[in-house]
Amino acid sequence: MTEPPSPGPGSARSTLSHSVGEGGVRPSPALAREREGPVAQQREGEGAAALETRGLCKSFGALAVASEIDFRLEPGARHALIGPNGAGKTTFVNLVTGALSPSRGRVLLAGEDVTGLPEARRVKRGLARTFQINTLFRGLSVLENVALAIGERRGVAGELFRPAGRRSGVVEEAYAALERLGIAEDAARMVRELPYGRQRLVEIAVALGLEPKVLLLDEPAAGVPSAESGIIVETIESLPREIAVLIIEHDMELVFRIARRITVLVQGSVLIEGTPEEIAADPRVREVYLGERETA
Amino acid sequence: MTSLAEAPPAAIEALARRHRFRPSEALPWLVALLCFFAFPDYLALGTQVLISILFALSLDLILGYGGIVTLGQAAFFGVGAYTAGILAVHGWTEPLSGLVAAGAVAAVLGVVTGLILLRTEGLTLLMLTLVVAEMIREGANKASQWTGGADGLQGISISPIFGLFRFDLFRRTSYLYALAALFLAWLLVRAIVHSPFGRSLTGIRENVARMRAIGSPVLIRLVTAYGIAAALSGVAGALLTQTEQFVSLEVLSFARSGAVVIMLILGGAGRLYGAFVGVPLYMLAQDQLAEQFPIYWSTGIGLLLIAVSLGARGGVLDLWDAAARRWRRRA
Repeated sequence: MTEPPSPGPGSARSTLSHSVGEGGVRPSPALAREREGPVAQQREGEGAAALETRGLCKSFGALAVASEIDFRLEPGARHALIGPNGAGKTTFVNLVTGALSPSRGRVLLAGEDVTGLPEARRVKRGLARTFQINTLFRGLSVLENVALAIGERRGVAGELFRPAGRRSGVVEEAYAALERLGIAEDAARMVRELPYGRQRLVEIAVALGLEPKVLLLDEPAAGVPSAESGIIVETIESLPREIAVLIIEHDMELVFRIARRITVLVQGSVLIEGTPEEIAADPRVREVYLGERETA
Repeated sequence: MTSLAEAPPAAIEALARRHRFRPSEALPWLVALLCFFAFPDYLALGTQVLISILFALSLDLILGYGGIVTLGQAAFFGVGAYTAGILAVHGWTEPLSGLVAAGAVAAVLGVVTGLILLRTEGLTLLMLTLVVAEMIREGANKASQWTGGADGLQGISISPIFGLFRFDLFRRTSYLYALAALFLAWLLVRAIVHSPFGRSLTGIRENVARMRAIGSPVLIRLVTAYGIAAALSGVAGALLTQTEQFVSLEVLSFARSGAVVIMLILGGAGRLYGAFVGVPLYMLAQDQLAEQFPIYWSTGIGLLLIAVSLGARGGVLDLWDAAARRWRRRA
């Protein structure tokens, strides 16, 4: 898994080093509880996590790109997954969605094991994602991009003989979704005609069309000029509270604005998890990021 | 749920209107009928053109819309042709049920092979379709007690359609029979490409990773389309058998698989009418070139192909669209 060059050059690290001075190095009780392991928590009767991985491993030959990842995404969470280039963030997303199958370990959605389910079946259980690099139907209109997702969710996408445009409510729902994201004026335009930043919003609109319970945002602001990234941040901030959001991001400004928990991934393993303050204050995290700057 | 208090926005209208019939869509059918009256001496060629259009139309569903690259579509054409032929030789001479049987056998073959082949894509898929078609051709060659092998299947006689319309020497019945079958197939394919299923097929062509990410059962969709296309190809093959009253191994040949791809791309793939433009163009060019240059006619086809792949990647229809846009801008 190669990752493209991080967007916002410099801004990420400077934000991180700014915040380092502010927080203390106190491990919070939440963090301690997290470390006891997900199984223990579930037995406490808190209910299942929206998304959970247990001992997730993936290797390509001798290269371990994910090792023993225990991860828990609570219902309604705003959680960020960060880490230097090549840390295995996108691999983790692909393992969770089923685009890759793990060498070992399990993936659970709302407490149910979905490790053996193909990608499409996990989507039906409320798992939606966006892609790091726009992955849209470039030759179709913005409206139809969203309508295809809504049609799949409603289970009408396999119908053979009814014209797609007729009285299904799918197209109307797609349009309303575009209106909510403020991109309805582009509804009739082909995706490939849109500026990249707009296309990022379509990515989110398509994912929201699936009415997910868990939304994985893989670098939603990647490749977007900083003048336009504000709209994306606002869009993410205004996502419905009941959706659990995991955001994979390089842009620390965005991460610290949105996330209330952060997991740091380094070389395929979880380095630390905690609140933004704890992460910003952690010397190991600083080392990882500063070390990266020196080698870059 | 929506804020569509007044007139629906243009984007919604565009989607809602897409499946409606436009007057220009009557054009191919008017031309076909006109040819029937204007060129009574060319109805044999005309019938072959109509059959090839049906074959190319079936390919458009999977290649143009589904993005399935194949060099083995003749497998289904040939299996349909032999099914109709073998039935007729053994006494089942009623033509319409012969078409249905041929389509059904080809569809079963399409679904069975599709379930295996369509797990792959790109060059792998291309090679596998080629392999399947070649295996079937060799199988037909070996099973000569059924197929006549290299000598072809002879002794086919077909009953009159509805017991009324005899297949005549002047090919009038053949032409109209093939035209009617093509029309019904076109209605079917047209309905399919405008349906939610057809749009999801287009989605798979545009971006299969995104289709999986929105929860689409990609393999099932592809196999369904592959089976439908196989059935229509089989019907086209059966039409050839019934109108020629002869089947040779050529119906299963690689040349036929390749030519249909060329004809479709020449007209323009993925737009329903590429077959109606590309097939007549190719076959008329072939006919004329063979008359003028009996030995070197394929060179002419080659030059035509080079011109299309260099100058009109979207086929003749794309050129037409571009010209229409330019004309409208000037007006």
